[in-house]
Amino acid sequence: MNILVCIKQVPGSSNVEVDPVTGVLKRDGVASKMNPYDLYGLETAMELVERFGGSVKTVTMGPPQAKSVVVESICMGAESGTILSDRKFAGADVLATAYTISQGIRKVGDFDVIICGKQTTDGDTAQVGAEVAEYLGLPHVSNVLSVDDCKDGYLYVTVGLDEQVIRERVKLPCLLCVDGDINSPRLPSYKVKKTVTDEQIHFISFADFEDQNANHYGLNGSATQVERIFPPEKNTEKHAITGDETQQACGIFELIKDRKLI
Amino acid sequence: MYNKMTTADFDALKAILSADRVQTGDAISEDYSHDELGGVSHMPEALVTVLSTEEVSRVMAYAYAHNIPVTVRGSGTGLVGSAVPVEGGILLLTGSMNKILELDEDNLTVTVQPGVLLMELSAFVEEHDFFYPPDPGEKSATIGGNISTNAGGMRAVKYGVTRDYVRALTVVLPNGEIMQLGSKVVKNSSGYGLKDLIIGSEGTLAIITEAVLKLLPLPKFSVSLLVPFPDMKSAIEAVPKIIRSKVIPTAIEYMSRDTILFSEDYLGKRFPDTKNDAYILLTFDGNTEAQVENDMQVVADLCLSIGALDAYIVDTDERKKAVWSARGAFLEAIKASTTEMDECDVVVPRSKVDEFIKFTHEIAAEENIRIPSFGHAGDGNLHVYICRDALDETTWHEKLARCFDRMYKKADELGGLVSGEHGIGYAKKGYMQAQYGKEQIKLMQGIKAAFDEKNILNPGKICY
Repeated sequence: MNILVCIKQVPGSSNVEVDPVTGVLKRDGVASKMNPYDLYGLETAMELVERFGGSVKTVTMGPPQAKSVVVESICMGAESGTILSDRKFAGADVLATAYTISQGIRKVGDFDVIICGKQTTDGDTAQVGAEVAEYLGLPHVSNVLSVDDCKDGYLYVTVGLDEQVIRERVKLPCLLCVDGDINSPRLPSYKVKKTVTDEQIHFISFADFEDQNANHYGLNGSATQVERIFPPEKNTEKHAITGDETQQACGIFELIKDRKLI
Repeated sequence: MYNKMTTADFDALKAILSADRVQTGDAISEDYSHDELGGVSHMPEALVTVLSTEEVSRVMAYAYAHNIPVTVRGSGTGLVGSAVPVEGGILLLTGSMNKILELDEDNLTVTVQPGVLLMELSAFVEEHDFFYPPDPGEKSATIGGNISTNAGGMRAVKYGVTRDYVRALTVVLPNGEIMQLGSKVVKNSSGYGLKDLIIGSEGTLAIITEAVLKLLPLPKFSVSLLVPFPDMKSAIEAVPKIIRSKVIPTAIEYMSRDTILFSEDYLGKRFPDTKNDAYILLTFDGNTEAQVENDMQVVADLCLSIGALDAYIVDTDERKKAVWSARGAFLEAIKASTTEMDECDVVVPRSKVDEFIKFTHEIAAEENIRIPSFGHAGDGNLHVYICRDALDETTWHEKLARCFDRMYKKADELGGLVSGEHGIGYAKKGYMQAQYGKEQIKLMQGIKAAFDEKNILNPGKICY
């Protein structure tokens, strides 16, 4: 089973500040890491290979320094990885990102299964996976909790929806978006890190893509434009309800009734 | 003999505090008769909640005048029965004295009341970019309790123990007198170190009502390494070699696969790797990424050269949480895996850790009893648990006594001591007294008498 896992480099802390004037994320000096949701995707891929054989490759889109997440994926057991990197890709929204990744995947090779994390911790849209599948013309399943079996050209997966869990069968090749917290991702190996070579890491740019229309990528290829990014208002209002248990309970009841929360 | 408490005593306490902060008789929950493990239980006659140093002073003055024993209790997370009122009397709860009073950024100190929880303190100081290094596994313990047992924790290898971070204490003596011991100063050659006598005295000399603690700047980077070994022997043998490498990790913990599996069951969460029999978990911290990375590589290469199967990098918040939350749950997890257990918290010289662990395996085999262990390989403090499992009451007590006896004797032989960080309290006093001998115990009793000639404060503990 040949598996490709889509990964992304995100800020190392979830407390990245937004410049209140320019609305730009203050990324300077903030360490980066692999998107935590992608770790569940990588672990799912590794476990599938342990059960059914094959190999795992990874792909990411980002600036050249995104190489570090590809190295990390190799330390976790991937065979090799590819970075899709070009200034023309910058400023992409979900649509342009998904298109770029789909073009990249066509260059990287043929896969039985493509696995994505549920979402990223910096963009949080949870849409790129499904859109990549659409661009590649592959069936896809989101919110995958587990891959239960693989037989006769189909994967059998368990999918978690808000109020129910369903079992689905999906024809290979396909794309899965796995949920968060479904496994315990293995740790990167220092022993492997010492053996990683440049041959395992590939860079692909716009020039390598089939579609050479630059208007399909980056800011130009984006259907949405970000008008303004701003930090949410901080609410520091505090209201203490005192008294005995009954008075406190009544106080809370009145408060949530006044605010029409019930 | 102590006076049995009467209605007049209860009324007097209510007048000092307030009626709702004094409970008596059946109104007292059974929870207050024991700690988390000590194997001893006794109900107090009165349970009182104090809110200030002055209140503690007035309660003590009353108890002193009326010859009523007083035992102090923080969160009740102790393991040796220190907070159990074995003579009845008053159980004094300091948990509501839980204010952080001052952060002094010029002197690098924080002043707290004794009921502040360890997790509250570390969260508070870290928010201000400071670091309180003592890091015992039980984060819901109070600072008062930590000082009373001189708690250590996982970062002792590099940063030392609670004692190293206490600059000053406000205490109430058994007769109700309030006293300041130590100060914010860094150096002190001024007479006997009374503050240091209070630290680790398990509430037998005086009651801590305020503490000034030393802080460090928060290290900016940290990374952990989880190093698998084919067996416990090679894992433990690696530790002295790591120490000899002159890199000082913040923590060096050892853990066996069994213990990790208990923790998985207990937390309902898988550990990132359980394929190997034994692991060492190390942390490195520092102010530059390059230095931390370099320390990590030196130790990772060393481990690989002496038989480690790999060295897994634990670098992000998520990975640290996955690994360290399991480590933090080991005690509870082992407790949940058996019907009853007792623990041995010995500390041996670091070079003897492997010998001691091997000895516990031998006892386990000979006595046909389960003895899981984990602990601070880097500082020689081991947590060894003897599990009752399906044994009947009599056999359990016989085997337990034999196991303890042999383990404490072995620790003594190896140059170790009875307790590394949990204290002596009630449960371990026999073993400590046997090791120290009469003369040393007499000195301890003399110190106790100098503070508490009526022996009303936490009687029946440590040296009595």
